[in-house]
Amino acid sequence: MSQPIELRAAPHQHSGRSVPVIMRNVVYSMLPICAFSVWQYGLSALALLLTVTAACLLTERLLNRASAQPNTLNDWSAAITGILLALTLPPAFPLWMGVVSGFVAIAIGKALFGGLGYNVFNPALVGRAFVQAAFPVAITTWVPAFATQRFSELVPSTLTAPLMMPPDVTAWIKQQSVDAFTGATPLARWKFENVAVSANDLLSGAATASTGETSAILILLCGLYLAARKFMDWRIPVAVLASAAATAWLFQLYDPAHYPSPLFVLLSGGLVLGAVFMATDMATSPVTPLGVWIYGAVIGVVTMMIRYFGGLTEGVMYAILLGNALTPFIDQFTQPRVFGAQKDEKP
Amino acid sequence: MLFHFHGGIHPDEHKLESSERPSARAPLPSRLIVPLQQHIGAKTKAIVQAGDKVLKGQMLARADGMVSAAVHAPTSGTVLSVDLHAVPHPSGLPDLCVTIEPDGEERWIEHAPLDYRAMPRAELLAKLQGAGIVGLGGATFPTHVKLSINPAQTVETLVLNGAECEPWITTDDRLMRERAAEIVQGIEILRYLVNPAETLVGIEDNKPQAIAAMRQACTGTDIQIITVPTLYPTGGEKQLIKVLTGKEVPSGVRPLNVGVSCSNVATAYAIHRLVNHGEPMISRLITVTGSVRTPQNFEVLIGTPVEELVKFAGGALPGSNGFILGGPMMGLHVSNGQLPVVKATNCIIVESAQLFPPPPAAMPCIRCTRCVDVCPAELQPQELHWFAKSTNFGKAQEYNLFDCIECGACNYVCPSHIPLVQYFRFAKSEIWAREREKRAADAARERHEFRLLRIEREKQEKAEKLAQKEKAALAAKAAAAVAPATDSAPAAVQPAPAAAESAADGATQSRIQAAIDRAKEQAAASKEKDTDILTPQQLAEMAEIEARRADIREIAHADAKQQQEQQ
Repeated sequence: MSQPIELRAAPHQHSGRSVPVIMRNVVYSMLPICAFSVWQYGLSALALLLTVTAACLLTERLLNRASAQPNTLNDWSAAITGILLALTLPPAFPLWMGVVSGFVAIAIGKALFGGLGYNVFNPALVGRAFVQAAFPVAITTWVPAFATQRFSELVPSTLTAPLMMPPDVTAWIKQQSVDAFTGATPLARWKFENVAVSANDLLSGAATASTGETSAILILLCGLYLAARKFMDWRIPVAVLASAAATAWLFQLYDPAHYPSPLFVLLSGGLVLGAVFMATDMATSPVTPLGVWIYGAVIGVVTMMIRYFGGLTEGVMYAILLGNALTPFIDQFTQPRVFGAQKDEKP
Repeated sequence: MLFHFHGGIHPDEHKLESSERPSARAPLPSRLIVPLQQHIGAKTKAIVQAGDKVLKGQMLARADGMVSAAVHAPTSGTVLSVDLHAVPHPSGLPDLCVTIEPDGEERWIEHAPLDYRAMPRAELLAKLQGAGIVGLGGATFPTHVKLSINPAQTVETLVLNGAECEPWITTDDRLMRERAAEIVQGIEILRYLVNPAETLVGIEDNKPQAIAAMRQACTGTDIQIITVPTLYPTGGEKQLIKVLTGKEVPSGVRPLNVGVSCSNVATAYAIHRLVNHGEPMISRLITVTGSVRTPQNFEVLIGTPVEELVKFAGGALPGSNGFILGGPMMGLHVSNGQLPVVKATNCIIVESAQLFPPPPAAMPCIRCTRCVDVCPAELQPQELHWFAKSTNFGKAQEYNLFDCIECGACNYVCPSHIPLVQYFRFAKSEIWAREREKRAADAARERHEFRLLRIEREKQEKAEKLAQKEKAALAAKAAAAVAPATDSAPAAVQPAPAAAESAADGATQSRIQAAIDRAKEQAAASKEKDTDILTPQQLAEMAEIEARRADIREIAHADAKQQQEQQ
């Protein structure tokens, strides 16, 4: 009777799957994409990936210290944010700007809301949105893939001194024996020049794009791994891609001369990367069975609306951020039936 | 055809440790500690005192109220005390227990089989209550209540729960392998009581020998043995009913409402022991497993201290650090080996840090929805966790908190190691406490309002009476004044007014006197009514009324608990 009360409550067994395990596997699944981008863009891409990830980890650690919290680096979530953010930036993005975006992603996108699980928006996209607004020129300056000297030298813009404008890279690009580099992404070329880049170019990774968004097939394979091991909700990418393709198909029916094919829409820009790795962020996506489909469909359709009617060439980022913002409402209005309740009865 | 429920998990089974050894009868322990409350429902009333000699099977405490079941002496001996003792309860609070020192003679009280077919149903149910038969699946809901069917209800399906879905536990497995024929006899009695159209025994497919034994014992009967896939928590009452019949028992009602009656196979066996042998519930089969030398099933007398039982199984291995009473998913962790086993105890797992490592610190919820995927009640555990954590109980109820059966599946898969079940229990008990408070406040308010009403009414009545009397007096006066005027006899004129006056005076006097007397009387009466001065008799009466009210509350409470009955 005088024994101290011990709090150990059922269940006493656990499946063994923990948050670090999930996060680590997401990091693993992104490594092939990173490797492919380094092969495409060389040292600049590698430097960008390492710098942005390091910036995210460092910010996380600093903020842990500042708020007297335990170290949260070992949950691997800051690493995901860092890699994901780097994959969405142009390969020759100045490193100091990459550091800024990493800091904003973790500090404003995540820590400000209370850290892991409490963030409303995908932190990587918050970081990306910030630099999109802050450095509009740098973030639309592209370099060609498979440049001849990519493994021997950095693109000049990569090493821009902090707080300085990046130098012009056209001279550097001319030195590289790359044929027909236009300096515009397939989406921009469609929008402003009405040129549809062939699916072949899109698939081979030769198209101009952000660091990690060129190989749709590789991204899908990595996503398949995550879905198979139940580290990711497969319904979200399926909903995003299907709704985007359906929208594209409808527009093409309406005006085949102007609007591109659904295949072009799926393969160009960051749609696949966003659908597989960004929209599926657990903390910022809905949890109900119906809600997941609505969320995915909203992102797919909004992406297409921005691409077709907005001022920007790419809309995935804002579409996902909008989806994140809608998540609590979607969850609230799509509560499923509970066991034993009648079908027509609202839970 | 089988149905399936949403979610579920596949934890490591750990059944083989104990399932392959035949069960044994545990020797008499040095003393037996028999708690008076071993069921869901009203407390029992002790009918023995320290120093009494008791016989095996003799009643120690009688059922008090409808949802209550008697408690019996597991062996013959001397009652050492009827006192508070630590019991296996999540609260950790001690409860009344009868401690018996066995005399080693195992002398039975007179008992005889019942001729149940010659017995009215109500009488047989009363016998079950008197013999302390409760559900042995884990919730220990009194069986006679569960089998009480009002005439409007018909039972289409009688479900016997032999799923035993919790890891480590093998009592039902061994029981079905070793005593299938007796179980079937118990099922026949259940069939007599509820008169079902069909009888289904659900057994998980990880117990092939039990299935074979039961099949054999059921040949020639209408009882069907159904093999169900191994999936935790198939042994949950609602889950098994869904799997076998496709019917979902709605929130807050009993299976009887959808025409199903569900009992555990071990309960059927206990009913057989009572009806065909006259034995009340004084022992049960218990798995002793985990970090012990020889994991095994034992036929154990209720009240045997956990420590002694573990010794019978060869003793705990080095590095043991406590016990789990029940299974690892829903069981109760205790560190005190002095606790007795009770009717609800189906398993004792000796813990070690190796078998059950302490959970790491909880991390924030990342909304991965693994809990949603596995929840058999189709709830949103991650939302409920938020509401419980923020004590937003209204919202928690809106999200069907009370449909949670506390199976622990969400907790098992949670990658953030959040003690979800603990949060849900906390929220439930807080809501219950608030409702109790609210009921008490409501009752007090009603009493107060009624009192105000009564005072007002009495005042009004008094005023009316007074008004009437004054009216009567006025009328009398008027009559007296009019009378002389109408009288024509002059001789009578003179004395008449005087007489009338004196008569009126006298009436006033006597009226005042009467009023004073009444006031005195009332003062005296009200003083006696004062609740500060109560006779012992009145106090006893009040206590009885309070107890009756408590019973009603207990029944409501028990109903809620019964919903969560689990294998």
